[in-house]
Amino acid sequence: MNVSSIMYNFGDVTHWINNLLTSFLPQWGATLVECVLVALVLLGVYTVLALFYILYERKLCAWFQCRLGPMRVGRWGLLQVFADMFKILIKELIPLKGTDKFLFKLAPYIIIASSVTMLACLPWGQGMQIINYNIGIFFVLSVSSVGILGILLAGWSSNNKYTLIGAMRSGAQMVSYELSLGLAIITMVVFAGTMNINEIVWAQERGWFIFTGHVPAIIAMIIYVIAATAETNRGPFDLPEAEHELTAGYHTEYSGIHFGFFYLAEYLNLFIVSGIASLMFLGGWMPFHVEGWDGFNHIMDYCPGTIWFLIKAFFISYVIIWFKWTFPRVRIDQMLALEWKYLMPFALANLVLMALCVTMGWTF
Amino acid sequence: MENIQELIKSVCPSAEFDTTGEKLLVIVPDKDWHALAKSLKENPALDFDLLSAVVGMDWKETLGVVYYLTSTSHDWYMLGVRVETADRENPMLHSVSDLWKVALFQEREVYDFYGIKFINHPDMRRMFLRNDWVGYPLRKDYDDDPKLNPMRLEDEKNEDDTVAYIEQPDGTIKEEKRKIFGDDDYVVNIGPQHPSTHGVMRFRTSVDGERIKKVDVVSGYIHRGIEKLSEGLTYPQVLHFSDRMDYMSAHMNRHCLCMCIEKALGIEVPRRAQVIRVMMDELMRISSHLLAFGCTAMDMGGTTCFFYGFRERERILDIFEKTCGARMSLNYNVIGGVIADLHPDFQKDVKALCEIMPKCLDEYHKVFSGNVIARERMIGVGMLSKEDAINYAITGPSGRGSNWSNDTRKHVPYSIYPELDFEEVLGDGCDSYSRYMVRMREIEQSVKILEQLVDNIPEGDIRAQVPKIVKLPAGRWYQQVEASRGAFGVYIESTGEKNPYRLHYQSPCFNLIGVMDLTCRGNLIADLITINAALDFVVPDIDR
Repeated sequence: MNVSSIMYNFGDVTHWINNLLTSFLPQWGATLVECVLVALVLLGVYTVLALFYILYERKLCAWFQCRLGPMRVGRWGLLQVFADMFKILIKELIPLKGTDKFLFKLAPYIIIASSVTMLACLPWGQGMQIINYNIGIFFVLSVSSVGILGILLAGWSSNNKYTLIGAMRSGAQMVSYELSLGLAIITMVVFAGTMNINEIVWAQERGWFIFTGHVPAIIAMIIYVIAATAETNRGPFDLPEAEHELTAGYHTEYSGIHFGFFYLAEYLNLFIVSGIASLMFLGGWMPFHVEGWDGFNHIMDYCPGTIWFLIKAFFISYVIIWFKWTFPRVRIDQMLALEWKYLMPFALANLVLMALCVTMGWTF
Repeated sequence: MENIQELIKSVCPSAEFDTTGEKLLVIVPDKDWHALAKSLKENPALDFDLLSAVVGMDWKETLGVVYYLTSTSHDWYMLGVRVETADRENPMLHSVSDLWKVALFQEREVYDFYGIKFINHPDMRRMFLRNDWVGYPLRKDYDDDPKLNPMRLEDEKNEDDTVAYIEQPDGTIKEEKRKIFGDDDYVVNIGPQHPSTHGVMRFRTSVDGERIKKVDVVSGYIHRGIEKLSEGLTYPQVLHFSDRMDYMSAHMNRHCLCMCIEKALGIEVPRRAQVIRVMMDELMRISSHLLAFGCTAMDMGGTTCFFYGFRERERILDIFEKTCGARMSLNYNVIGGVIADLHPDFQKDVKALCEIMPKCLDEYHKVFSGNVIARERMIGVGMLSKEDAINYAITGPSGRGSNWSNDTRKHVPYSIYPELDFEEVLGDGCDSYSRYMVRMREIEQSVKILEQLVDNIPEGDIRAQVPKIVKLPAGRWYQQVEASRGAFGVYIESTGEKNPYRLHYQSPCFNLIGVMDLTCRGNLIADLITINAALDFVVPDIDR
């Protein structure tokens, strides 16, 4: 049974809008209007997701710590994040003496731009994808590296010793962990045989990669989740902002919405890495299918793809948040040792294992 | 130690002895002091390896210092040494910081408050006050006119400059200018406003990359001058300050001060009050160690454990609240006993606490102590050998983590501790993990003490009869207790008035910051936080 016959294809909507616009606008005009629409939708989704994530983490963290979390604003504190957002928007942006003014202001935008671009690559459902390349996942990886530049610039331009140490830590950390992250993804690319995000999802129609790719896929996922935790600067790898050592690390000197950008980007990056994990290992928006169980698959298809995608992403985020509120922070040398001595060699060996499995046909 | 006077006489014929007080006091002229100190420390028959207290004194005609020395190998025999100088303009005494490293900071405090310059001390800066402060506040002739020391709005100048007074071979004293940090040092300020210095504490840290080359402790941001204030107050008024030093050992500190005054007055405290005091001390110790557990975990990024520690600590604060009426500044011990009788729920609450604590400890060990990251972060970090622990007088759980048996409750017993069955917890790791684990195991021992006492609180008075106006006879007294962080000492010198002539608190945390440089060197910045948390100092106890 074909998934698309039951599941709603969002591509139909976009085609309809495109046809509508081209009916009274020239091609370039239609494209321009579409770009503006996409940008608005993207920013809207970005903000809503970030707000949701802030509440999600605060509630989860509270429950881990035998607390209730925010409870005062709105029912169960649901409006707390809106109050917080409003507050951060009206805060003054404090200019500092001795900073590199241009770079200091540029840094948060670089970070936010890189994370918005990555968000645009994620497939939310059938046809619900903004950027679809044949090298999609490769593009995501390269854009994520641009974010490091923002952190380094923020740390460097603040003219503060804490931020500088924070930025150097984060440079070392992100450059290192990007290797394992990339290797884990390449392992799955070898299995999928494509880098196109859409095709990767479709390749999981018969079963998610975590099941069809068995051992090497599971190893790759474990490596990916660890590396992704480090890549997003989250505990136990939150050294760049280790508040107990460096007050707030690279964004110590930022205030108002500039700080807010770092904060939003941190949460969005959590969603993005979770989204990529769900895409590479858990089938993205693809419902849970077992080959041969047509009736079961049919029932699964009734749940929209977007919901599937979000549930999977939130689940991975839950695991990463769980790490943060359980483990103490590692030290810089231990963190680098973990990457270079353990994760990377494992990831490389796993890549070979996966290649072997694929060539020998030892997969489902 | 019977022939101690002869032994000292043989080394230093000019020494005189005052046997009227509770402890032998040796009066030595400054020129012979260093030689005597050397033989007191190094002669195996004397073996005074621990410098327990350094008390600066102003006797009006003379300025001087009273050193309290302890010989741990001779049953913790304690001896006082009085050194003085008649020169009030440029007072100078010989330093013993080369023999007992703890004197490095202690003598700086004396210099800060009395202006006594210590010869051969490597770093003669002020300890607490700004280096542009005019006058020496604990001198009896100090001018406290605010015009002399207005509120200063600019930074201190020459933070890196220090001075040493070095004795030349010909006997003259040469002033040597020294630098704390060179121009090439990359100095990072950890503090004074910093999330993990546990208060307003500042470490100027020179780093090479992330590796620490040197730590310079800058203290005094919240110094309240408790010792100076006490000199103008009557004894019952002085009591409340003791809760406000190490607020995590409020009961013990106050217990110590009350015992010192009771000793001077010759008051016998009723049995019921003694038991209540000891129970309160042990509850305080558990609460303090729970806070230490939570903060250690939080400083290393394990925020959740902090809440677990606080969850149990809350129960103890509730017990305090019911009986004492307060949760932090408890004001419970008074001269002669305690201020109020126990709350009817006290026994029930303590029993409930004793019941849950073992389970909670298991949970802590599961979440934090056994965690691979926590172990990696603490094991082998901040090494402090037993010799250094004694030399720097690191008492309490931090010293016991270096396998040095120094529990005042065992070695210099007080109150009803000799009757109780508990073990002194020692750790042999000499590192941060060992210190941390000693604290955790001490909670078990405190629970054990509470279990022994909770059903055996005798009936009777909670307070002895105390004269309406408390006047101590002329003399001097020194009393120690085991506070949460080590041996806490109170020195009282009285001239027979209503108020103390001199009241000195020997706080354990002050010694702890003395080893920050030693333990942090060569470690990473992240380790500074770990070491800091495992030493577990409380800043108001340093800045008294």
